[in-house]
Amino acid sequence: MPQGDYIELHRKRHGQRLDHEERKRKREAREVKKRSQRAQNTLGIKGKMIAKKNYAEKAQMRKTLAMHEESTSRRKVDDDVREGAIPAYLMDRDNTERAKLLSNSLKQKRKEKAGKWEVPLPKVRPVAEDEMFKVLRTGKRKTKQWKRMVTKATFVGPGFTRKPPKYERFIRPTGLRFTKAHVTHPELKCTFNLEIIGVKKNPNGPMYTSLGVMTKGTIIEVNVSELGLVTPAGKVVWGKYAQVTNNPENDGCINAVLLV
Amino acid sequence: MEMETETVNNVMCQFTDPEGTPLGAPLYLPQNAAPQQLQLIVNKLLNNEEKVPYAFYISNQELIVPLETYLQKNKVSVEKVLSIVYQPQAIFRIRPVNRCSATIAGHTEAVLSVSFSPDGRQLASGSGDTTVRIWDLSTQTPLFTCTGHKNWVLCIAWSPDGKHLVSGSKAGELLCWDPLTGKQLGNPLVGHKKWITGVAWEPLHLNAPCRRFVSASKDGDARIWDISLKKCVICLTGHQLAITCVKWGGDGIIYTGSQDCVIKMWETSQGKLIRELKGHGHWVNSLALSTEYVLRTGAFDHTGKSYSSPEEMKKVALERYNKMKGNGPERLVSGSDDFTMFLWEPSVSKHPKTRMTGHQQLVNHVYFSPDGQWLASASFDKSVKLWNGITGEFVAVFRGHVGPVYQISWSADSRLLLSGSKDSTLKVWDIRARKLKQDLPGHADEVYAVDWSPDGEKVASGGKDRVLKLWMG
Repeated sequence: MPQGDYIELHRKRHGQRLDHEERKRKREAREVKKRSQRAQNTLGIKGKMIAKKNYAEKAQMRKTLAMHEESTSRRKVDDDVREGAIPAYLMDRDNTERAKLLSNSLKQKRKEKAGKWEVPLPKVRPVAEDEMFKVLRTGKRKTKQWKRMVTKATFVGPGFTRKPPKYERFIRPTGLRFTKAHVTHPELKCTFNLEIIGVKKNPNGPMYTSLGVMTKGTIIEVNVSELGLVTPAGKVVWGKYAQVTNNPENDGCINAVLLV
Repeated sequence: MEMETETVNNVMCQFTDPEGTPLGAPLYLPQNAAPQQLQLIVNKLLNNEEKVPYAFYISNQELIVPLETYLQKNKVSVEKVLSIVYQPQAIFRIRPVNRCSATIAGHTEAVLSVSFSPDGRQLASGSGDTTVRIWDLSTQTPLFTCTGHKNWVLCIAWSPDGKHLVSGSKAGELLCWDPLTGKQLGNPLVGHKKWITGVAWEPLHLNAPCRRFVSASKDGDARIWDISLKKCVICLTGHQLAITCVKWGGDGIIYTGSQDCVIKMWETSQGKLIRELKGHGHWVNSLALSTEYVLRTGAFDHTGKSYSSPEEMKKVALERYNKMKGNGPERLVSGSDDFTMFLWEPSVSKHPKTRMTGHQQLVNHVYFSPDGQWLASASFDKSVKLWNGITGEFVAVFRGHVGPVYQISWSADSRLLLSGSKDSTLKVWDIRARKLKQDLPGHADEVYAVDWSPDGEKVASGGKDRVLKLWMG
């Protein structure tokens, strides 16, 4: 039987001491004095620790008091003019914040033609070919070295089938294939899991673009139809560009930011 | 022999008006009669002095071809009496708008309400920048900027004689403006504790110089105000939740629709509750009266006459109202958050005449056509639906918007319908062909308010992109 349990047992059998309550009350009453004595006289790190603890307690108490005060006191409703006026028929509806009319397909096209990208990540680290690809040795004696395996995350279209091994120069491993990206809308400040439509540009070269390699800084096209953006002509926008902001091959997911 | 083959077959026909009252006895009509001939017959039967154009409907389908072709195509028995419904059409025609004639910047916040004056000569808009602006339609420039509100101007309403303009704001105060000078008339009318959701004027044919109007508020009260006394005359309390819509009927009854799912009818001399219309399962968003358009325009019609004295105006307005109303009672339709609408005949019964179902999202706005034959509803399910205004039967659906439809407006001849949507476009729909007539892109953001001027010349729209656009045909 553990030591402490004997006390319990004894108390169960015989009850508390007769003056137990009084002793307890007195001890509790003396406690504050003891604590202040200790707080005043302790030196060094111990003193600091006590001071910190007392301060935290006091701050917490102040906060609680303020909170109680707030719930009872009456305040004037703030009725200053706010931004973002809405008509009376939308007043009681909590509609979600929505992106401004951003997509202007014409503008986007013109930008594409000029080849100038004003993107969140203007500079990317160049990725060398031997980092991008791993050489696979083939042939019966493993002497041939024409086959490459892509070591970065890739996007392959839904209708893709691999070529016969004899003709397949580049292997895109299924483990590194992605179909969805976490796209952040910079103005709405929220992130959506959107389907990737295609790889528009890999800054490391056109070959990577055509292979669908997604490294940091790559421009991808994502399906934004569920965001409900509309063009000025009132058509639903479904494809928009986004730039990859992480290293997908290290993270196992694709994070991107929508270009607006 | 040849003569015999050319003899024309006859068919027994019975003309009825849209409410189902037969016109004269059934007639034997030659089967080669086309709508033009039917039009002549109906004009003769009704003893019309001026020839009025009519449209003919057989079992809710418009008759465009001669009777014979119709009978053959639809395999209708010639032995039964064929019931033909005639519907009078407007004798004037309004051109559909197809271009933006002006984009007027000026407001520094979203435009929340747009309204033409009853005679169609002036235009006012209320905005989130706390101002009401009155625009000059001939030069398409700002005329007056009326400042005075403390918060967003949510609704504006012209008096049916066009002499006053009332605006209600989010702070709950109402201001009355003189549209000729742009000056504020008197002090703000205060009393409402929360924002104003709707304003409606007393019809002109009940009270000649317009004095009284009713305002509805989020705080659940409706108040009747008198602009010459400049105070609240009656406070209509009873709703448990916010009132969303208020209408002042042609019989002098106020209808209020509320978020507590009830529509209440009030008498206006003492403010007594007459009747409660129950049935909706969720908020009532919008009400519309079959006579609403004629009440709004008062004495002004498409001819553009102006009147000198209020008595004359009252007489003409009463004439127009009685002509519009016909023999039937005033009809009320309510659109709700429960995705349905009810058609009521409030003066007859407290039970709905029909329930109109079909929308897949809440119904935000309902509106009777100026002649009362049609009823259009705008819903957040991106569609506008057209219903028969008398029976409440479903007629057609207009799809094309890619966002919720916020507001609709009819052209004065009831042949065209305008809708403004969250997808930043306006669309004009052809009622007869039941399809899209014109797509009007141009706004850079959501369209909050649309209005088609009563004279049919112009359309005004305003929205979140802070500009007011004028469209022309």
